[in-house]
Amino acid sequence: MLLVAALIVWLIVNATKTPELFLKATLIGVTNGSVFGLVALGYTLVYGILELINFAHGDVFMLGGMIAATFIGADVFNLGTNEAWYVLWPAILAILAICMVSCGLINATVERIAYRPLRGAPRVAPLITAIAASFILQNIAIATKGPNAVPVPSILPQSAVFTIGSGNNQISYKWAALIVVFLTVPVLVVLTWLVERTRQGKAMRATAQDREAAAMMGIDVNRTISFTFLIAGGLAGAAGTIYVSYFTYDKWDQGFQLGLIAFTAAVLGGIGNLPGAVLGALLIGMIQSYNNALTWHSPGSDWTQSIVFAILILILVFRPEGLLGERTPEGG
Amino acid sequence: MWTALSRAGLTEQRWQAWSVTQRRAVIAAAVGALLLVVFAPLFGFAASAYIAYAIFVGLYVPPWEKVPYIGRYVLPLAVLGLVTAFPYYTTDPVRAQKMFTIPILGAWPSTQTAAVMLIYVMMALGLNVVVGYAGLLDLGYVAFYAVGAYTAASFTSQQFAGAKADGSPVRTFHLGAIGIDPHLGGIHITPWLLLLVGGLLTAVIGMVIGLPTLRLRGDYLAIVTLGFGEILPQVARNGDNLFSTGFNLTNGPQGITPLDSIGFGNWIHKHIHIFGWHFLPANYFTAANSDALFFWTALILVLLTIFCSLRLRDSKLGRAWIAIREDETAAAAMGVPLMRTKTYAYAIGAFVAGVAGSYFAIYTSGANPDSFFFNFSVFVLVMVILGGMGNVWGVMLGAAFLAYLDQAGLANTGAWINDHLGLHIEVPKYEFGIYGVILLVVMLLRPEGLLPSARRKREFEKGVADEPLHDKALA
Repeated sequence: MLLVAALIVWLIVNATKTPELFLKATLIGVTNGSVFGLVALGYTLVYGILELINFAHGDVFMLGGMIAATFIGADVFNLGTNEAWYVLWPAILAILAICMVSCGLINATVERIAYRPLRGAPRVAPLITAIAASFILQNIAIATKGPNAVPVPSILPQSAVFTIGSGNNQISYKWAALIVVFLTVPVLVVLTWLVERTRQGKAMRATAQDREAAAMMGIDVNRTISFTFLIAGGLAGAAGTIYVSYFTYDKWDQGFQLGLIAFTAAVLGGIGNLPGAVLGALLIGMIQSYNNALTWHSPGSDWTQSIVFAILILILVFRPEGLLGERTPEGG
Repeated sequence: MWTALSRAGLTEQRWQAWSVTQRRAVIAAAVGALLLVVFAPLFGFAASAYIAYAIFVGLYVPPWEKVPYIGRYVLPLAVLGLVTAFPYYTTDPVRAQKMFTIPILGAWPSTQTAAVMLIYVMMALGLNVVVGYAGLLDLGYVAFYAVGAYTAASFTSQQFAGAKADGSPVRTFHLGAIGIDPHLGGIHITPWLLLLVGGLLTAVIGMVIGLPTLRLRGDYLAIVTLGFGEILPQVARNGDNLFSTGFNLTNGPQGITPLDSIGFGNWIHKHIHIFGWHFLPANYFTAANSDALFFWTALILVLLTIFCSLRLRDSKLGRAWIAIREDETAAAAMGVPLMRTKTYAYAIGAFVAGVAGSYFAIYTSGANPDSFFFNFSVFVLVMVILGGMGNVWGVMLGAAFLAYLDQAGLANTGAWINDHLGLHIEVPKYEFGIYGVILLVVMLLRPEGLLPSARRKREFEKGVADEPLHDKALA
């Protein structure tokens, strides 16, 4: 509690000292948080149903980015910086669809090969195979795209939506960033509809609550779990596409970094809990950008990763069910 | 396998009916035939290969363990003798020429490579205590390694010298350091003491990390240890300006280098000898057979670790670890103190890693944050899992094999493949992908590892009572 109070004080002091920087950091945080949210949702979906931390999920996200990079770049669509909207938008939607489908398939394949045979084994076994799968996916990226950062042409419009202030402290919120948020929201809405309203969603929730009872009620557990992985992979693919469009680069170890941040977000919000994952992701995104941007007594960007991990450790030790409560087969 | 052999005439009952010696003789003959048929036409006939095979048969086939009193020690001592003599038959250039090369994997490792392999073996033995004995999945082992390395580095270098206005050092403290100018700034303590101190400090940090986190179980424990494994190297990287206070703890991305040499000093070297053989070298780095000296010291450390591992496994603490691994609730009900037992496992694993890290820093004369990265923790984990979680000999086998692959084997294999198949694959680039595949195959087909402990094998087959991820009663 003391920590949270200190944090709020620090935020308020910074806000009053450099309001433009604070606003800028908030906006960046919300944008980043949306991307984290997509990945965190994937983690939380899989965890809720299998109680397995899918280490390879971050790398599926990275592969999605690589696939998107291939399609955006010279090889396929050859998009440039200022394409007309009737070229850009269908292309983006097509790439989004392709990436979501391929990543979903990758994720489902990983589940089929690495996790399903070990479903009865002690919990440590699929965790280790998840790490193995993560390494293999990273190496696929190294093999196909090389060990260096892959540059992606910047295709999203860079003009400003709105500008606040002027001169040095001007903040311009670019269209590119707004598009990131606007692409994330429909995905979330569709996902929520899927889980709450459809039969498959009901099957997913049932399997998450009690796998044996679901099987007894006639739900094909294997298919439901594969379907969950498919959706989680699709989310990762969407996140990957959006990420490379906005940040204009991708690297083979990007998935590991971002995966851990997204997992922290999922745990922060309450593992297994869909709105919790989004909330956690927004919070982590904002904390990260505050740390990078704010200047009064700020640890600085060197320590961002440590701070995120420290949050993870503190949450797991003091409030393991997260902010909004967890929803796993043993919990809520 | 038995169905195929039965058709050929060898049923399992007949196999069991033979005596141990007969069975081993048959296996040795089969192995010999296989090697002869598969490798000899491709790689030629080297005299040393036959000698090696003869040694293998001589050690494996006869029932040494039946000899009273000393039988149990014949095989380990013979292996120890061979390993100790390693620098003599593979580094002397004339003799090395005559040694057969291992097919595809390449030549025998140099003494330097072998010393690094031994350090990795030590680390794998340490992780075996945490993962193999106690069943706690630790993904942040590299952090302990880093702490050990930096402890040794800080106190055998000019890291803490400070600088007065005229450039002279603020503090100078020497305690048994050899090979340096007595007025050199900084804290210089003898590296032998620092092996111990590095281990102890790392054990303390292991306990500090363990206290809040060992309440968690399974996946969450793995993630939290991963987090610490990322935080500590980042502290090392950013440590030259800790929290913007200007205090230089770890000298940042450059690392701490150079370090003092290790050795026994001139006085001991001159005055302690067996019939004129001055066997304690004054200074390892300036000695003629410096590589071999480091190899032997590493061997001694590994032997100590093996001894401690075996004694721990058979002790009350070892049995407590088995209990909490298989069913924590039942263990707690039988009076096993959960937190204390787990913390012991963590601290002992950390201690071993600390000593290994300290020795590695002294050997390479530096501690650099680039050598400590997450993949290293998984690398050591693959060694333990491939070899056989919980079995000391299996872990050593897995560690030696993977360490060799990492140091020289992958490059050699790549060269062989490129030469013989005309491809241009850079095999070392795919190192961690290969380890991922190894890990996946092992977990799917034989999760208990190559040389399993019988207990672990049953746990994988029959399952254990898995616990919820955190103590809901205490939440």
